[in-house]
Order: sequence, then C-alpha cells, then structure tokens
Amino acid sequence: MLSFVLKRVLSTIPVMGIVALTVFLLLRLSPGDPAAVIAGDYATAEQIARIRTQLGLDQPILIQFVRWLGDLLRGDLGVSIFSNLPVSTLIAQRIEPTSMLALTTIVFSVIVAVPLGVLAAWKAHTWVDRAVMVFAVIGFSVPVFVMGYFLIYGFALGLRWFPVQGYRSPFTDPGLFLSHITLPTLALSAIYIALIARITRASVLEVLEEDYIRTARAKGQAETKVLLVHALGNAAVPIVTVIGLGVALLIGGVVVTESVFNIPGLGRLVVDAIQKRDYPIIQGLILFFSLLYIALNLIIDIAYTLLDPRIRY
Amino acid sequence: MATLAADGGQKAVVKNPLMQQHPASFVYAAGLGGQGRHVEGFMKLSRRAFVGGAMAAPLLGGPGFGQAKGSVLRVIPHADLKNIDPIWTTAYISRNHGYMVYDTLFAMDGNLNPQPQMVDKWETSADGKTWTFVLRDGLSFHDGKPVTAADCAASLIRWGKRDAMGQTMFTAVESVSGRDAKTLEIKLTRPYGLLVDTIAKISSNVPFIMPKEIAETDAFKQIENAIGSGPFIFRKEQWVPGSKVVYEKFKDYVPRKEATSGAAGAKIAKVDRVEWLYIPDPTTCMNALMSGEVDYYEQVPGDLAPLLSKAPGVKIDVLDPIGSQGMMRFNHLAAPTNNPLVRRAIMRAISQKDTLAASVGNPQYYRECKSIYPCGSPLETNQGTELAFPTSLDEAKKLLKESGYKGEKTVILQPSDIPISSAFALVVAKACRDIGMNVDVQAMDWSSVTSRRAKKEPVDQGGWNMFPTWWIGGDLLNPLSNASLVADPSKAWPGWPDDAKLRDLRDAFSAASGLDAQKKAAAEVQQRAIEIGTAANLGIFFVPVGYRDNVKGMIPSPVQFFWNMEKTS
Repeated sequence: MLSFVLKRVLSTIPVMGIVALTVFLLLRLSPGDPAAVIAGDYATAEQIARIRTQLGLDQPILIQFVRWLGDLLRGDLGVSIFSNLPVSTLIAQRIEPTSMLALTTIVFSVIVAVPLGVLAAWKAHTWVDRAVMVFAVIGFSVPVFVMGYFLIYGFALGLRWFPVQGYRSPFTDPGLFLSHITLPTLALSAIYIALIARITRASVLEVLEEDYIRTARAKGQAETKVLLVHALGNAAVPIVTVIGLGVALLIGGVVVTESVFNIPGLGRLVVDAIQKRDYPIIQGLILFFSLLYIALNLIIDIAYTLLDPRIRY
Repeated sequence: MATLAADGGQKAVVKNPLMQQHPASFVYAAGLGGQGRHVEGFMKLSRRAFVGGAMAAPLLGGPGFGQAKGSVLRVIPHADLKNIDPIWTTAYISRNHGYMVYDTLFAMDGNLNPQPQMVDKWETSADGKTWTFVLRDGLSFHDGKPVTAADCAASLIRWGKRDAMGQTMFTAVESVSGRDAKTLEIKLTRPYGLLVDTIAKISSNVPFIMPKEIAETDAFKQIENAIGSGPFIFRKEQWVPGSKVVYEKFKDYVPRKEATSGAAGAKIAKVDRVEWLYIPDPTTCMNALMSGEVDYYEQVPGDLAPLLSKAPGVKIDVLDPIGSQGMMRFNHLAAPTNNPLVRRAIMRAISQKDTLAASVGNPQYYRECKSIYPCGSPLETNQGTELAFPTSLDEAKKLLKESGYKGEKTVILQPSDIPISSAFALVVAKACRDIGMNVDVQAMDWSSVTSRRAKKEPVDQGGWNMFPTWWIGGDLLNPLSNASLVADPSKAWPGWPDDAKLRDLRDAFSAASGLDAQKKAAAEVQQRAIEIGTAANLGIFFVPVGYRDNVKGMIPSPVQFFWNMEKTS
C-alpha cells in the first residue's frame, strides 16, 4: 500500500507539469488582453504596451512560462494582475465558503440519497422505485439556479425563514452559518441526490442478485441487515467513486450556486478571473483544482481497499 | 484672491424630466454587467398559500440576518472593486472608490460647474501663466498627517501622466510644486483657460490627492495603499475582492460649509460604515434589497425595476441628470469604414429611437439626443447634427452609393456579455443591412473586444470596422474629456481618426476662456467630428437606482457618491 501511495504521489509531478503547461499556453493563445482591460478606453497603444511591460506580458511566452514555473516551485502562485493581491491570499479567502458548501452538500446528499437508492433497489419495479427515480430525474433536470430561485422565493422572501443571500463562517457564528448555508445546500443537493441515488440503486440491485444475499436471507437474517450490511457494503465501491467525484465537482463547479446565493467562493473567483483575463489567478486556481482532483482520486482508491478487502495494491 | 461664490446653500438644479416622473411599469435592459434575467411578476407569498398552516418559527429573525449594529449602509455596487488605484485604471468602480477615500482640489457641482473643494482661495497672474492655490485649513490624511501642497503636486503629476485631459493640460504646464506647505503653484508655458475645469473633472481619471510618497509611485504601476483625505477610510484588511469592500467614516474630515452639490460642497459622512457587497446575480440583488439585507442597489436592470418599484419598502429613482451615451465607434483604417462617406451613410441609417428601444426598452429611461455633448450639459449643441440626423435610409443609400461601396464585408464586434452594447451591435447591423451593406457581426466577450479592437489590420486579416460602447455623460462633457474626439492616431482610442482640422479645433477649445467662447469652440469640434464620422451617436439612456425607503440623502449626479446618505431608522 505504501509503495502504491508513493507511486501515485510521484506520478502527480508529471501530471501537474502537463496541466501547468496546458493552462499557461491556452491562456496566452486565447483572445483577450488584460493590459488593454486595465488601461481602459482612453489608453493609447503605447500606454497599453507599457502596462504589458510592467506585467511582464511582453516577454516571450517561454520566458514567461519559465519565470512562472520557477515561482511555482518556490510555492509562489503569483499576484493578481488587477487586485495586486497574492493569488494564495485570494484562494485562502475563498476556500472556506466553497469547502463548507461542498461539505454540507455532499453530507446532506449522501444522507438522503443512499437510503433512497437502497429503498429503490429493495422495492425495485414498484411505485416506490418509480417515485425515487422520478425524483432523480427532476433533480437532474431542474437547473440549480431555478431550484435556488424557488427556494429563495418560498423560504427567504415568503416565509422569511432564511436569508436571501450571503455566507457566514461556522467559526464565527455557527447559527448564522447554518441559516445561510441551508438554501444553497438544498439547491445544490438535488442533482447530487439524484446522481447518488441512481448509482446506489443500480449498484445495490446488481448485488441483490448475488448468491450470498440469497444465502443471508435463507439463513433468516433481518432484511435491514441484508440490505445495509451485505448489499450496501458490497455495492459501496461505485457509490464511493461517485461521491468522490461529486466532491471534486463541487469544489470547482458551483459558480452558479455561488452567484445565486452570493457565496464568495472559488467558483466565482475563477469565472471573474477568466472574464478579466487575470492570468495568475486562473493559472493558480486550475493548478489547485488539479491537485485537489488528484488527491481526491487517491483517497477514493485507498477507500476501496477499506470497503473491499479483495482490492489490494 | 479670487473665489467662486458659494452656491448660497441652494441645492443643485439640473433639469431631468425623468426624475420628476413616478416610476411606472417598464422594461429596461441592464447596463454594464447586467445579465437581463427576466423574472415573471412577483407577488408576496402568504404563509397560507405556501404551506397551508403555520410551521415552525424561522431559524433566525427577519430581514438583516446577522447584520452588525450601528449605522451601516449596505450597498450593491455596479461592479466588483478589483483594484484600488483610480489613476492606474479608468474603471468606474475604482473611480467611485476614489471618491470614498480621497478628496480633490476642485469638484463639479450639481450644475457641472467647477467649485473649490480642498482649495480655499486661488489666483492667476496677470499673464495667466502662474496659478496659485491655497489649501483649506485642517485637511489631513487618514494616517493623521496633514495634507500639504507637495502632496497635491505629486498627485497631479501622476494623474497627468495617465489622464487624457490631464495630458493635454500638462502640454501647457512648466511646473507643479508647493510654494509652501499650504500653497500649490502651477506655472504654465502659455495661458490655459481650462485649468480649473480640468482638475475639477468628475469622472475617470479624477485627480485625487494622495500622500506624496504614494503619489510618487510610477503611474503605470498600482499603488499598494489607499490612504486619502476623503470622508471615508478604506479598510484594506477587510477587503475581499469579488465580495466585500468596507469603508469607515473618517472622523477628522473637515467638510466645506456649502451645501452638498454634485461632487462639490460639504461631504459629510452620515453613516459610520459603508459596505459594498458585490452580488453578481441581478435577481439576487433584487431579492436582497426587497428583504432588507441591503439598503441600496446602484444599477437596477430595467427588467427588474418594475418588480422593485412595487415591492414594499423599496423605491426606484434616477439620480443621474444627464445619463449615459451609446456610441458606435468606427475604424478609420479598415475598409470600408475608412471611407468617410461610408461612415456618414451608416450614421444616417441609424435610428436612435430603434437602438434605444431595443437596448433600453422603456421610453422613460432613454431619450434621443443629437448632441455629442450630453443633452442638459453646458456645451450641448446641435451644430453639425444635420449631417447625421434625421434618420433616412434613402439618404444613407445615396451616401453609400456615392462612396463607391462595392459590398465589402463590414465587421461589427458584438460584446455579448454586456447586454446594452450587445443590443447596440445588432440594431446597427440591421440598419447597415437595410442600406445594402454586407455585415458580419462577431460575438465575443468584452475582454476579447478590447484586444481585437487594438488590431489595425484589414478585416480579412482579423481587423474590424465598428464596435459599440457607452460612456457616462460625465465623461463626454467637453471635447477634451471625450475620448472619441482625439484625432491623432498616435494618441487616439481604437478607431484612430486622423484629422488635422479636428486636432486644431480641440486645441482651440483648450485655449478658449469663458463659457461663451468654450461653447462656440465646442460646437465647431462637434461639427467637424460629425463631418469625418468619429463615432455614431446612439442616444442617451438612464440607469435607475433602488433603495430602501429609510435611506435618504442621495446626491443627483452622473457619479455615485455615498457621503450625505443616511438611514433614518
């Protein structure tokens, strides 16, 4: 196991290198010039050129890349072209809201979806199964922002149970944190509940056909134990995979929820940066997300060994 | 010593019929950054209608979840404050930040006339070449240090390197220095009648006064700290770019005694704290204002304004007396728009009414205005406008034929992420097609437009012919502040008109002294600008603000100010 983990950690280096090169080149070769955006409409070509020089954007791409790579190896993600703040500071400001939203969403989704999926598999081809699947389809189909607006309309503006927008840290005020995170979590969870429930149902259904399930039932074991211990335990591997991927997607892809509920997270940071062509932020964030995905994949692979003793590396 | 007479305590009066009208039902496309999201009619949801019975009490109290006590004004600004140097960038949000934190030597009042602000008295030498300004007593920066003439000199010099009007002024400047701690001296190589008007300019780049050590930062490099002498202190440690900006009242600010008027007069901070809470989604902004989680919404998209105007506790108003002007900029280098007759044909084909109806919607929020200088501003004129108005497709076709146009492709850049400019592009494209032009509309985001418009190549090599944009009226008040009127390709905004006569007329304006002479000179500039077709004038539009009904003290102005504003309960 240790050698497996070491090999995966070492393989991160070339993967991150390719990601770094790809994102760097894509940005430099795509249209848009941050110097022109900074300079504004009154600027002459000479002024824009001067800003490009100040920002180091007039250097050959190879020089820019080597310079950036050197900073990266020293742990320096660079400085935002627009705000002049370190990229690491901006990420640190935004990572908590995104992490908290991802955590509450995935925990809530798992708590709701796994039992739903097991229930649907247990009562396969009955109205219970169909009801769960209809819910899953709705969860997939309704866009997050529509779900969000409906929740705001009903629970925030109507019943006044929750605020319309914003984020509060759990470390400063847990009560306010819960009130602010509830609606975004509900809005975002719908799709993950749908996804996890469907995978759970499919995976458990497959396992329920196995001989050892029939044996367990024949031996008189309670149906709850058959489902939750024997079936779910053996069906866990694909479910854990989807949950892990869900976490990764949540970290990087919740910009719509963050916009609707005004949560200052990483999703908004990267979209704002792309619109302005703030290269250091975009590069730094893409690398951060890549590292995160690699780490999550490693954790999932290790989790397999805990769930299924037959899996050994 | 000369002083401009105080306004006698009267409020600025600028005629704006829109401000007199009660907001009725309307639809209006968003300004910069708006997403135009349409929400069907809103009705307050009753508990009974939703759940059929009372449920558990809310987790927390009503509006204003977790809001701090004390007088705090919560504002949704029109954009995110991405950088804090209002000289380094022309972004309007950075300008607004500048007005919070800094003060100016002179400022435009509500009638767009320059008034002393930090200056107490000033005089000009008999030959008009030496200007002396004495600062008011008691001016200090937020770090406690007194404001000196040396700070003012350094600030003006830095500003003059970046600002177009400043650059023009500095062609006549020999030196700017502090004669003593309170006396600023500007020596000129020739008389410059517009000196006070220039340093009183209301919009980007505003000549904000910074501490000397900060003002000595290279003008092409951002400052690190925003220490000013304005009515509010910027709390940099609480700044979260993309989310929140915090300003606190500067208790040692010494306001003028005159009444508040535009950017001039008394700047009294009537709240302890102002928080700019950037919310990217317009519907969320609307919801936050309706629920009372914010107090003020700086730019309300037109399609949401009807909902807000009906919401309890919310008011909608227009504060900007002169509005913003849409513009279609021509490329004078690339065919076919390198032909002045083609440009005149396009100008004649464009209908301001159609353009504004498509991009703005409700006629209450736009008006046609032929003048390049905003209607209602001091230099408004109709001289030369007969070349571009009235709209006439027949005349346009005649001009196009006369130009020798042979069907060459005409590329219009469409900034798809800015709804109002996007609509401008589409309507102008139709007008061009109606007169027989071959038009290619290319959609892209604004960042791509800014880099694409820098290209001088022909269209078949990646060039362009037209792009739409808009400016606040405050940027277009005179020939020097209006970027579209620069006719020296080495200094011009993309489009690069090259016209010696227009250059001379602008210079003549800069030398004009007194309003009558300036009006005459400005009219000549306008006539020439229309003759050569620097840009097509797409008309004027207004963006409403939204606020809770306990917020008072808004200042009518082309620029948003937050002093004088207070919450009464």
